[in-house]
Amino acid sequence: MADALLSPAIGGIMWAASAAAVARSSRKIQQELDGNRIPLMGMLAAFVFTAQMINFSIPGTGSSGHLGGGLLLAILLGPDAALLATASVLVIQALFFADGGLLALGCNIFNLGFLPAFVAYPLVFRPLATGKAGQLPRALAVLLGAVVGLQLGAFGVVVETVLSGRTALTFRAFLLAMQPIHLAIGLVEGVVTLSLLAFLQKARLELPRPTEQADTAGRATVALGLLTLLLGGWVAWYASKHPDGLEWAIQRVTGQSELQGTASGWHGRLARVQATTAVLPDYQFKGSQEGSHAVTSLSGVMGGAMTLVLVAGAGWILHLRKRRA
Amino acid sequence: MSHHIVEAIELCHRYGDGTQALTEVTFRIHHGESVALVGANGAGKSTLLQHFNGVLLPTSGAVRIGEVPLVKETLRDIRRTVGMVFQDPDDQLFSPTIGQDVAFGPLNLGLPPADVEARVRAALDRMEALSLKDKPAYRLSAGEKRRAAIATVLSMTPDILVLDEPTSGLDPRARRQLIGLLRAFHHTKIIATHDLDMVLDLCPRTLVLHEGRVKADGATREIFADEALLAACHLEKPLTMQGCLMCGEKRGI
Amino acid sequence: MVNLGDRFRDLGRMDALGSQESALHRLDPRAKVLVTAAFALVVSSFGRYEVSGLLPFALFPVSLAILGEVPWGYLLKRIGLALPFMLVLGALNPVLDREVLLHVGPLAITGGWLSSFSMVLKLVLTVASAVVLVATTGVDGVCQALERLGLPQVFVVQIGFLHRYTFVLAEEAVRMLRARELRSNGHGLTHREFGPLAGHLLLRTWDRAQRIHQAMLARGFDGNFHMLRRSSFGPRDLLFLFAWCAIFLLLRIVNFPMLMGSLVSGGG
Repeated sequence: MADALLSPAIGGIMWAASAAAVARSSRKIQQELDGNRIPLMGMLAAFVFTAQMINFSIPGTGSSGHLGGGLLLAILLGPDAALLATASVLVIQALFFADGGLLALGCNIFNLGFLPAFVAYPLVFRPLATGKAGQLPRALAVLLGAVVGLQLGAFGVVVETVLSGRTALTFRAFLLAMQPIHLAIGLVEGVVTLSLLAFLQKARLELPRPTEQADTAGRATVALGLLTLLLGGWVAWYASKHPDGLEWAIQRVTGQSELQGTASGWHGRLARVQATTAVLPDYQFKGSQEGSHAVTSLSGVMGGAMTLVLVAGAGWILHLRKRRA
Repeated sequence: MSHHIVEAIELCHRYGDGTQALTEVTFRIHHGESVALVGANGAGKSTLLQHFNGVLLPTSGAVRIGEVPLVKETLRDIRRTVGMVFQDPDDQLFSPTIGQDVAFGPLNLGLPPADVEARVRAALDRMEALSLKDKPAYRLSAGEKRRAAIATVLSMTPDILVLDEPTSGLDPRARRQLIGLLRAFHHTKIIATHDLDMVLDLCPRTLVLHEGRVKADGATREIFADEALLAACHLEKPLTMQGCLMCGEKRGI
Repeated sequence: MVNLGDRFRDLGRMDALGSQESALHRLDPRAKVLVTAAFALVVSSFGRYEVSGLLPFALFPVSLAILGEVPWGYLLKRIGLALPFMLVLGALNPVLDREVLLHVGPLAITGGWLSSFSMVLKLVLTVASAVVLVATTGVDGVCQALERLGLPQVFVVQIGFLHRYTFVLAEEAVRMLRARELRSNGHGLTHREFGPLAGHLLLRTWDRAQRIHQAMLARGFDGNFHMLRRSSFGPRDLLFLFAWCAIFLLLRIVNFPMLMGSLVSGGG
């Protein structure tokens, strides 16, 4: 996920969601008694960061792979610490290696951190991981958990990109490109995670059991996160129900008259909504003759600014709550 | 000053997998003493060291720091009195800068910022490491890391210093510098080491461990002259006490 | 794996630059972080076909790089590293978007090319500003700024740990990889070998984490981190913040290149 693919509005929403999730997980970790998990969290993040850069070849396919680490972290650390570990790796990468961009950081944390740790891990891995390590059910749980985690992440990228409207790819085309590739990546991830877990098992390590604490104070943050999810999900559902609208937009842009087009697509709708709610509706950017998206840009800025204020506000509220707690 | 006495009474430690690491270890170290702990690998030095600040608790017997017995409830107080310097400085330098690492202890003690700053400067100055204050650990040499790690413990002003292999991995100059610095300390010092020549320089008293038991406890020079004892414990004389390589003469000290 | 070592040396270099001395370095890190964030936001807010409006924004990273004494070669290299990925992405647009939007003399430029160029330009600007930020503030400074701007303390500590121990682990990994390579007789690392190699690294990582925890406990750690607050926000920092934000806003609203161009070409 890169900055150039994102609009400030979508980027801002995802930032808010990720910030909420990170704040909530931080608080839960803070509440733990002796901070045993903190150095472990740091070290495993460093491990994942380092391991991600070691590419290995997959004989027979002629391609190379590397470890993602989302599921591994969730299994070894529990969801909260895993999210923080992944988020920290992404922050370092965004800041110092320009591997994804700062605006896209929120998306990345959500796709690669939140989804594997809070969706794939509890909903796919844990229910399936019955029996002892080394046995088939647990192995399958790891494989499936990895695959699902990556599929979810890839889907997130598709939705965020399409909603941002910065690339000319269609929802369908992008989806068809992303999901199968990530299926293969997910399988590789699952196999590597399995072998690493087996290694640890052989050394008979005592893994600290994640404690499930009753969370009474985090409801606001969870609500915020869910709201963002729902918002994004609704828009995505709406978009998928009206693929014509997307193809209409493409038709207009590429000049191919493939489908019957009316200005009823969601993209056109959104543009009109923005036009009517914009503060300065007939503002023309001086000298901007390059495109017809002038109105969208200004709305984009305001949308981004508003989102930033929201994010700051949410972060501040959380900060105050943490202080008080 | 009774609160500076380090005492082990019939100390035994058995690990979870059944290994008997320490058996009936008994000794008494007084305020200001400088004691070396020597023995082959696996003799139990690390295990014993880890009892001094409560990383491990005795399976039977007792450890007393001052008049305070080592139990779960007294861990916090004991850790304020005993400063432990680990074998690998990278395990102790975990903050973004050295200054922050040295400040970690005093901050945890709840001292006000001005005091913390003062302690940081004092500790770093003592270890001749003041120039390292704002540097990150990964840019330090082995000797610098070692001194910085000791500074992180000094800033808590412990009465007793426990050091695990302080000279390992150091080049001759860094080693010499470290020995000089340690000699100036008036703390009670307990040093686990293979560097027997350093022991000759720093520690008048030596405890020899072998297979979890105290085989000898006495004056360093006497113990190092006892070849039979050293051989039985898989040790050798310090290089300074062995034969002269040039002329082949034996220099018994 | 040569590039593993390289990447980490790069990170170390950025850090080293961050602890240099200059007027820019002395500014409160929060001001710098906020301004960089505002920059990224404003740059990203440009529509997909806007190109000329973006160009003046280069003023920000360039002037800061000069003031902060960031070596040019380093800056260009960092940008260069980020480019390939973006070029691949950008290459798609000209293919899909063929409507001609602009004429420059005899050349007809399609929307696809415009949006590609816009993307690349935005990337270059944001990467440059991020690099300059870290080169004039340091990893530690940025983390401190983030913490005081409201980022949860546990998370900031986490980033600190990650940064601190990445070098240690990278060294261990490089050693293991080199040892393996010497015995590999030219064969590359397969996924089968990766498991045990990474597994060993993981084990050592785990053990080290335990030892670090012990070291923290030995120095009185009780689960809460106490930070030593240093620099304070002064009038200089405020000026820096407001001045740049005003400039960004101005550049966003007024397209100077177009203005100048039309003046020169007689109101085209």
